[in-house]
Amino acid sequence: MRVKIRYLLLALAATVTAGAIAKLSDKPGDAKPAGNLPTASSPLVRSAADALAATSPFSSVVSDSGPEETLARIFAEIEANRLGNALQLTEALLRQHPNYRLANLIKGDLLLAKTHPIQTFGALSDAPADKVADLRAEALVRLKAYREKPPVDFVPRYLLQMEQDQHYAIVVDTKRSRLYLYENDRKHGGRPRFVADYYVTHGKLGAEKLAEGDKKTPVGVYHVTANLPKQKLADLYGSGAFPLNYPNEWDKRQGRGGSGIWLHGTPSDTFARPPRASDGCVVLTNQDLDVVAKNLQVGLTPVIISDSVEWLSLDDWNKERSELNQTIDAWRADWESRDTGRFLSHYSKRFKSGEQNFDEFAAQKKQVNSSKEWIKVKLNNLSVFRNPGKDEVVVVTFEQDYHSNNLDNQMKKRQYWVREDGKWKIIYEGTA
Amino acid sequence: MTPTSLSQTRIRQLKMLRAVAIGLAIGFAAPVFADNLPEVQRLIKQGQYPQAMEKVDAYLSSRPKDAQGRFLKGLIYTEMNKPADAIAVFTKLSEDYPELPEPYNNLAVLYAQQKQYDKARTALEMAIRTHPSYAIAYENLGDVYAKLASQAYDKALQLDNSNSATQNKLALIRDLITTSGKGNVKPQPVPATAAAAPAIQPAPTPVAAPVTTKPTTQATATVIAATAGAAAAPAPSPAPVATATATPAPAPTPAPAATKPAAASSNDDVLKAVNAWADAWSRKDMKAYLGAYASDFDTPKGTSRKAWEQEREQRIAGKGGKISVTVDTPQITVNGDKATVKFRQHYKATGLSSSSTKTLVLVRSGSKWLIKEENAR
Repeated sequence: MRVKIRYLLLALAATVTAGAIAKLSDKPGDAKPAGNLPTASSPLVRSAADALAATSPFSSVVSDSGPEETLARIFAEIEANRLGNALQLTEALLRQHPNYRLANLIKGDLLLAKTHPIQTFGALSDAPADKVADLRAEALVRLKAYREKPPVDFVPRYLLQMEQDQHYAIVVDTKRSRLYLYENDRKHGGRPRFVADYYVTHGKLGAEKLAEGDKKTPVGVYHVTANLPKQKLADLYGSGAFPLNYPNEWDKRQGRGGSGIWLHGTPSDTFARPPRASDGCVVLTNQDLDVVAKNLQVGLTPVIISDSVEWLSLDDWNKERSELNQTIDAWRADWESRDTGRFLSHYSKRFKSGEQNFDEFAAQKKQVNSSKEWIKVKLNNLSVFRNPGKDEVVVVTFEQDYHSNNLDNQMKKRQYWVREDGKWKIIYEGTA
Repeated sequence: MTPTSLSQTRIRQLKMLRAVAIGLAIGFAAPVFADNLPEVQRLIKQGQYPQAMEKVDAYLSSRPKDAQGRFLKGLIYTEMNKPADAIAVFTKLSEDYPELPEPYNNLAVLYAQQKQYDKARTALEMAIRTHPSYAIAYENLGDVYAKLASQAYDKALQLDNSNSATQNKLALIRDLITTSGKGNVKPQPVPATAAAAPAIQPAPTPVAAPVTTKPTTQATATVIAATAGAAAAPAPSPAPVATATATPAPAPTPAPAATKPAAASSNDDVLKAVNAWADAWSRKDMKAYLGAYASDFDTPKGTSRKAWEQEREQRIAGKGGKISVTVDTPQITVNGDKATVKFRQHYKATGLSSSSTKTLVLVRSGSKWLIKEENAR
């Protein structure tokens, strides 16, 4: 009997490892083979992060002590056929989180294996197959995440530049059911520094939300717009909720619908929800939400959701970042030059802002420029985030400080840049 | 549930406990002191609990430590539906006589009735730890594991089966109760320290308990049939994996035949080897401990030698605190190059002390005696 459950879980473990390594090799433009990411280095990654965190002013609020480590140990004990140890660990985990369903399922299996041979994970006869499949999926993604922390010298491609005041950024990988918390490491030129990662639940029907009610989680660059306290929320949302600005300008332009995409906690009857279970929200366990919440700045903290995060080596990241910064600065300088042609060369023919298309925008700019004797433009608090997905889109946000002979103006502006024929062009701009 | 079936349930439950009591009486009763106890048992059988209580209290007033009397007292409390009192009596009894499995078993039954399955499990695991061949405890433990598994699954999968769950529990209790027909463990030679019994009486086997004539449900009948075999050879019961971590002894086997007094010549060497083995164990000297075993030592359950060594390493060297293993009243039989040593093994470690009967089979290898087989029996 024990042999059977053992092989089953071994298979589970093997799937985790193989899948994980295959996944990480998806990293774009990097010479380093992903298989190099040794399991054994995971604790190193983490402890290095912890060590760095200790020097950070925000370190005290960061922790990722999820159940992954214990789960990994439980499965290791099962693989080694030490079911007694596995059961003890499972019971310890349940003392910590009494309504942790996955742990309860493992406990049931381990106990049942004492009474008769069991054939499968979730061996209860008549066990609802969908619920067992959910828990198995949770086990897989958690083990995978545990065995594979993000590589220490790689960063998510999306976090090209955070603005000064953004202390943290969040990157969600829906395929991995993982939320990564990155710190804006201003001592190192605003390099994103990995802090912690957490298990998350996303939409029942996956990612790339298109329409109201499609039970999908949107993919894009968002930020939290509010902090709704537990007292004002239904139990479903757990210990708190942070609405996101879905649909953003880009979503609207793409005709995407729906609303009410939140980052929130877990109802009181369970420790965690299955990997795919929400109507589109990104759901954390309450303990994780409480930790993450302390780092969220309403209106500021970026939440970037990808169906599969792309990672860049620091060199590649630096290259992309400086290329974009130069491009943006060229736009600014060309604006100051009052050369309308040069200025408009930064805009896509598909440009649209509100009701204005490119031709209308161009005509207006020509007219305005004719009245200018000088223009001074400064961009403050610039942030640059790459939009996840196959289209090459970058979200640029800044405070624009504009002065000219006949007008002074300050505004917060957001632009979407796309790469057209190898060149970055502005396709949308508006107030942020 | 109808009143009839309720009362039936109670009757079965009582029978179960009584059968255990009889087993205990057979195993441990001291004829000199036991004169009042058959009377107590008769009163219990007739349902005259207050009178039975009076008698047993009178009996205990002169022998407050007496295990048999206290056991019956716990039984009477159970009959009188005073589970808290019954639990108190059995708990104290198990503390004073940790080597007796019956109080643990009955504690487990009481806990299970109160749906405290975790406590029931702990009690049963203790029963088995102290008495590895205790068939009823194995079976009850199987039921409790199943019940705990079912609870865990309910939580894992949010099975909203409050109705069927209740049925489940009642069925389980009936199962626990009807185990009485299966006979008890074989009465074992009892160490002098274990109970008030000064002499071991040849006893009729308790398998003939009257409960077997009771009409039972089909399911129960199957269980009984299955366990009748188990009672004869209790070894193949579900292996207590969880307890194994702390249990120094491998799988249980039936009670042994009496050993003959051995010839004196090689006895000293064999005893020396056994004592050296116990010393090495106590010192956590793994090299000497493992060196005491023959290279073709029969590892328990046929695990590989390496796995077995690792397991022992983990349980001995890997254990915090002190370990003390002593060999008590060894009986040695030497037959050529083979020797059998049967003894009481007193094992003490942090959080656990146990006394059990152990048999080692040693083989001569050059000038040494090495352990070929190790059995708890």
